[in-house]
Amino acid sequence: MATAMARPCGEFETNYRGDQRVFPSRGSAFWVVGSIVILALLPLGLPALLGAGNVALGVIASSAVMIAALYVLKIYFGVTMGNVLAIAIPGAALFAMQPDGLTPYWTDQLILIGCYGVAALGLNILVGFTGQISLGHAAFFGFGAFASAYLSNNHGIPVVLSIPLAGAMTTLVGMIVGIPAARIKGLYLAIATLASQFILFDFFNRAEWFTGGSAGSLAESFTLFGWYLGSADRYIYVVLFWVVVMYLLATNLMRSRDGRALVALRDHYLSAEIMGINLTKYRVLSFGISSFYAGIGGALYGHYLGYVSVESFDILLSIQFLGMIIIGGLGSIAGSLMGTGFMLMLPEAMETVVSVAGSMGLADTTALITALAFLKEMAIGLAIVLFLIFEPDGLAHRWQLIKAYWKLYPFSY
Amino acid sequence: MADTTPVLEIDHVSLRFGGIKALTDVQFDVRPRELFSIIGPNGAGKTSMLNCISGRYKPTEGRVVFKGQDITGRSPNDRASLGIGRTFQNLALFGHMSVLDNIMVGRHHLLKNNFITGALYWIGGAQKEELEHRRKVEDIIDFLEIQHVRKAMAGTLSYGLRKRVELARAMAIEPDLILLDEPMAGMNLEEKEDMARFIVDLNEEWGMTVVMIEHDMGVVMDISHRVMVLDFGKQIAIGLPEDVRANDHVKKAYLGEEDEFIEALERETGDLKEDA
Repeated sequence: MATAMARPCGEFETNYRGDQRVFPSRGSAFWVVGSIVILALLPLGLPALLGAGNVALGVIASSAVMIAALYVLKIYFGVTMGNVLAIAIPGAALFAMQPDGLTPYWTDQLILIGCYGVAALGLNILVGFTGQISLGHAAFFGFGAFASAYLSNNHGIPVVLSIPLAGAMTTLVGMIVGIPAARIKGLYLAIATLASQFILFDFFNRAEWFTGGSAGSLAESFTLFGWYLGSADRYIYVVLFWVVVMYLLATNLMRSRDGRALVALRDHYLSAEIMGINLTKYRVLSFGISSFYAGIGGALYGHYLGYVSVESFDILLSIQFLGMIIIGGLGSIAGSLMGTGFMLMLPEAMETVVSVAGSMGLADTTALITALAFLKEMAIGLAIVLFLIFEPDGLAHRWQLIKAYWKLYPFSY
Repeated sequence: MADTTPVLEIDHVSLRFGGIKALTDVQFDVRPRELFSIIGPNGAGKTSMLNCISGRYKPTEGRVVFKGQDITGRSPNDRASLGIGRTFQNLALFGHMSVLDNIMVGRHHLLKNNFITGALYWIGGAQKEELEHRRKVEDIIDFLEIQHVRKAMAGTLSYGLRKRVELARAMAIEPDLILLDEPMAGMNLEEKEDMARFIVDLNEEWGMTVVMIEHDMGVVMDISHRVMVLDFGKQIAIGLPEDVRANDHVKKAYLGEEDEFIEALERETGDLKEDA
């Protein structure tokens, strides 16, 4: 399949604009946008809608809709029909598997991946791109959730606006916490951010006017001009929108002036300073940007659950965020989402394995299910250790290798 | 060389770290479009001198005057926009960035977009600005002949290429004064010849004033307009290459022969030397 994407020598651009696109090749752009289109079509339950009871007919009809949408993209991106089919076949399979729209379970999983994924991207900007370690990301995530709930409950601000406003508030808090970061590095900074985690956690417990104290606070459902989007099958679009926007913004940031300054700061701060980069400013800025992402992610999470309570934002979540970006790939934007998906799906996958093993009589299910709670925690730890040993560059790098293998086969480079 | 006001004046600069005298009362000036070399044995204080100019160190005494403006107290990151660029002795590239991005970082102070307009990219002119500056960067890439490694990670390049990329990054600042710290260290003859040609072109074609530290006497004497010799943090000679070459103290400092002047210096500074 000699598609444009699989052209071994790569695509060559004839102008600088073409050379500085978001995606390295038209093929990868098509795949990402195409996947988002399929993801957006899935929760609608098109097969049941179009087939009027007949599943086979429904799947065919909805696949036709999907292929039509992909065909428009094909013309826009200028890729071959092979690319369209390669993505349409798994898409059709997904339609066949979930004809009534995504099951509540999958909707829930995807929404959580989206919320955590936005926050993980923020942490990756701070840790992966700027090289400033933080152990307090969960506190900012929590702050965003509480701030959004507070704004919409007490000040009558619609949820649509309270989410970005909560992001802005969290940015402020993050920058205050980030001020010591201008002076300290490495392990010392980790401890300083750990302190901020505990301070904010304590603040959540005590500031009843803001968070409702240990009882927590209710968060309103998402509505857009009176149009109710609070149910999971609609809220998934809100989350999808924010994920796309936030990931796009981060990509743009990293390919423009201030993003480069952050990476320069990480790689060699002495020469970055000589290049005219104000170290203090960019270290604090990095904390601000990372907190903005945490705030948005937290706010989305809060309005999804409808109820925000303190316990969910403890140090364990901070560590989990770190795990997500280590598994996904430090300093990789796409990796942040991959790592989040991996971390959230891993316990679920283990549960599936256990139930399958039980049903096949391979293991004593009751004993395993009791042990499962512990096994989940252990599996996450084990995954991080294994990734650090075998793939320190994370899933994003592994994905690059797989793509390269596919493109270059049967040659190795 | 048209003798107008000097680009850089080093006015009685001393630098001490506790009891160690890294620089003692050094005084020189660099004229516009001059290629000025600083030489001296290891630990003579050459790099300390450069660090005082680029702002890494603040002189204990004395002033650094750049284009008539006292910059002694200015922070290092301010000096890029004033027009001072530099390369480092031990490679200081951003290893995980592409060569292109490395050079673009050099243009940091010339770019105007911030994290908000940068993130919006298509709206607010960040893209336009990026493309304009990309063009400038490509000129530098063409000049230094590093087209083939444009997209490579800087950390994966060979030593000679890395030195070249570092020069490219310093050039991207568009400085009036460029400080080169041992641009030819560790290179083979061919690479040295290339580098010497780049430095001469930099000076003559691009009109940059160059202050260079270099150990290869052949190159220094060939391409420099003036040379200053440091030993034990003191200036032992300054002048035209041929004059410096003929200077007795310099010969002895380099050949290690006994010389009362050098020995007196040595006693003053103690055995401790500093060359960061």
